[in-house]
Amino acid sequence: MPLVKNGKIATDIFVHVPDGAELPGDGAILVSAARFLEDREALLRRPGNLGVIWPNNRDVDDLVPWLDRLAAVALVFPTFRDGRAYSQARLLRERHGYEGELRATGQVLRDQFVFMLRAGFDTLEAKKQSDVEAFAVTAKRYSVFYQPTGDGRLTALNRRLQQRHSESAASE
Amino acid sequence: MTSPLEQKIRITGPSIVTANRTFDGAVIYRNASQGWSTELAEAAIVRTVAEARALLAESVADDIGAVGAYIAPVDINDGGAIKPGNLRELIRLRGVTIELPVPA
Amino acid sequence: MYAYDELDRTLINERVEEFRDQVKRRLSGELTEDEFKMLRLQNGVYLQLHAYMFRVAIPYGTLSSQQLRRLAHVARRYDRGYGHFTTRQNIQFNWIKLAELPDALADLAEVGIHAMQTSGNNTRNVTSDQWAGVAPGEIEDPRIWSELLRQYTTLHPEFSFLPRKFKFAITASAHDRAAIKIHDIGLRLHKNAQGETGFEVLVGGGLGRTPFIAKTIKPFVHGRDLLSYVEAILRVYNQYGRRDNIYKARIKILVHELGIEKFAAEVEEEWRAMGDSALTLDDAVIEEVRSRFSYPIYEKLPHMPEELKKAAHDGVFERWRRNSVFTHKVQGYAIVTLSLKPVGGPPGDATADQMDAVADLADKYSFGEIRVGHEQNLALPHVAKRDLPALFKALDRIGLATPNVNLISDIIACPGLDYCSLANARSIPIAQELTRRFASPETAELIGRLHINISGCINACGHHHVGHIGILGVEKNAEEFYQITIGGRADENAELGVLIGPAVPFGEVADVIEDIVEAYLALRERPDELFVDTVKRLGVEPFRERVYATR
Repeated sequence: MPLVKNGKIATDIFVHVPDGAELPGDGAILVSAARFLEDREALLRRPGNLGVIWPNNRDVDDLVPWLDRLAAVALVFPTFRDGRAYSQARLLRERHGYEGELRATGQVLRDQFVFMLRAGFDTLEAKKQSDVEAFAVTAKRYSVFYQPTGDGRLTALNRRLQQRHSESAASE
Repeated sequence: MTSPLEQKIRITGPSIVTANRTFDGAVIYRNASQGWSTELAEAAIVRTVAEARALLAESVADDIGAVGAYIAPVDINDGGAIKPGNLRELIRLRGVTIELPVPA
Repeated sequence: MYAYDELDRTLINERVEEFRDQVKRRLSGELTEDEFKMLRLQNGVYLQLHAYMFRVAIPYGTLSSQQLRRLAHVARRYDRGYGHFTTRQNIQFNWIKLAELPDALADLAEVGIHAMQTSGNNTRNVTSDQWAGVAPGEIEDPRIWSELLRQYTTLHPEFSFLPRKFKFAITASAHDRAAIKIHDIGLRLHKNAQGETGFEVLVGGGLGRTPFIAKTIKPFVHGRDLLSYVEAILRVYNQYGRRDNIYKARIKILVHELGIEKFAAEVEEEWRAMGDSALTLDDAVIEEVRSRFSYPIYEKLPHMPEELKKAAHDGVFERWRRNSVFTHKVQGYAIVTLSLKPVGGPPGDATADQMDAVADLADKYSFGEIRVGHEQNLALPHVAKRDLPALFKALDRIGLATPNVNLISDIIACPGLDYCSLANARSIPIAQELTRRFASPETAELIGRLHINISGCINACGHHHVGHIGILGVEKNAEEFYQITIGGRADENAELGVLIGPAVPFGEVADVIEDIVEAYLALRERPDELFVDTVKRLGVEPFRERVYATR
């Protein structure tokens, strides 16, 4: 699966382990939420990074107590039109201070890359190789943003106020 | 005239497949040579659910050329000419039933 | 008029370039229709019966003359020379080619017009009172807040893929001309006991298959908390709104299924969890937006200018003035409604020539500003009363002075089966016939204020549920039939109309409306008892009897 991580095309170090399959001895793994909740202690004790795939129809609150022990959280876009994971992403990043890898999976297409980055995803499991290759261009498509998210970009309103400030400072 | 986009395939008489041309939205009809025509007279006629399904499948596969393909009823008059089978298809063929604010 | 600055324009241009690239990839096949459809909807591009339809945003119904001229240009260059003004203060073009859309958007972007989010499962045009800023008794201009909301909701990364469409409306007057109670979020601007500006927030209004009147979720949200509170509502909706059934996906269903108390509690919990929000609006930010709204420098004018006194003898002018001219908050000025409902014409349409002419008249008589109302008429918001006679002559020449505003022939109608692929039946010919039946200005005046709303299908784009008389096109045996409701209202006393009986065929609708009107004229208590009040007083039964006695 073509992957973009932190703005660059990357190899995926995580292995997705299906439910019921044996866990590899070490190395980074991604498991389902069901498996994580059932097997939690064993998974956390295991050497190697742990990531959880969290469904988009379940509150992230249930995952919050273990966020600081996870290397990755993968959220799901069953179709690109189902936007629940955007809320989940923002809550994880902005409300719960999650700093690990936040991965978008499912129907991840380039026309939603900017929204995903703004919502806090740093890793995108893109559906199409051509989309991954267009990532750099796509990410730079917009330079003006109206609303604040956790991505640190200044909103247009704030930029205007800053401009005003520097104008009035300059005229003093 | 329930929107056909919500219909199951139901054939009650001679039918055609129609769609809109992707680049300009013009009304088009699936012909018998794996293509599209703006002329209703050139539309391929299907008479069974199986034929309709096959024609629709091939039409839908042309995702670049056409959008929103569906099956529509037609009437075939005594002279063998194909006529639209309901008001919706009549409007799609002939245009709005009212005078345009600016004559075409 | 809000002045777009470089940042606003940059965003619009970046959007145009993005869509240009998306169209290119669609036409080359790199994007399938399944991947592209939502993207084009997010730029206001529908597929209709004959062609694509292009819906352009007119934020809170305010246009400059320059912008109106550019809309006329788009109508000529890319369409068939006319446009249609909608029940959400937008404009639609019916014959646009997908391949030419990026160029049309680029032309519009040059004057600060866009089509962002006029369709799709996102937040749509924030509509308002078309008399905002000039209505007497208005608390403050609601468009400042509409603009704050517009910016906040534009390309919002979290809320661009909601379960379904989401519509806002704001009013700042006691009489609600923005129909806030039939919106997903309705906002009633008012001041609290301390004189601070805030909003009564209502949620869950909407028409369509399951119409609902909005319910109050919070009686007062302080202005500074508007955006954070709205974010809380949207976040609850985004996560819990139904996505399994498109007919159950609007927020009105979620509010109905949870109940307003539980829904309000969910929103309150989310809002509290947001804590100190970056969305809290401080005074500097509100003032910044307010400062970019420019208002005319009004002259000191007499209440009754000479020109008006002289024209009083002209019966035709006087009829128009009585009907289409409304009191302005500034003495000596007036708000003029331009009826887009000529006898026999399709309601809400304007030709490119008419648009250009209105733009010129706006420059001459209205400080270059035009408004679009959800009743599908235009307005010139700042006309000096001394200019009314000259303005009337000019409007009459271009067919925009029909004295039927708010009367029976001022019909609100969706495009219907003549244009729309969702429709069951035609609506425009019904409207046209009704304007012919009630063409006489004396008759229309005698009947008084009466709103007829026509929808060609249950999606209710004509707002038939809240028409004083509502007409809904349905299909019966492959023929066009129409259900008639009466007693609906869209204002601060919003309620849904009641069905009077079985659907009637296309050819009988106008007769039925005549019967209803006859019943009203016979039954009203006084000449100034409005139709909708007579229905309230007597119920549906007397009207049902009259209509179905011989059917």
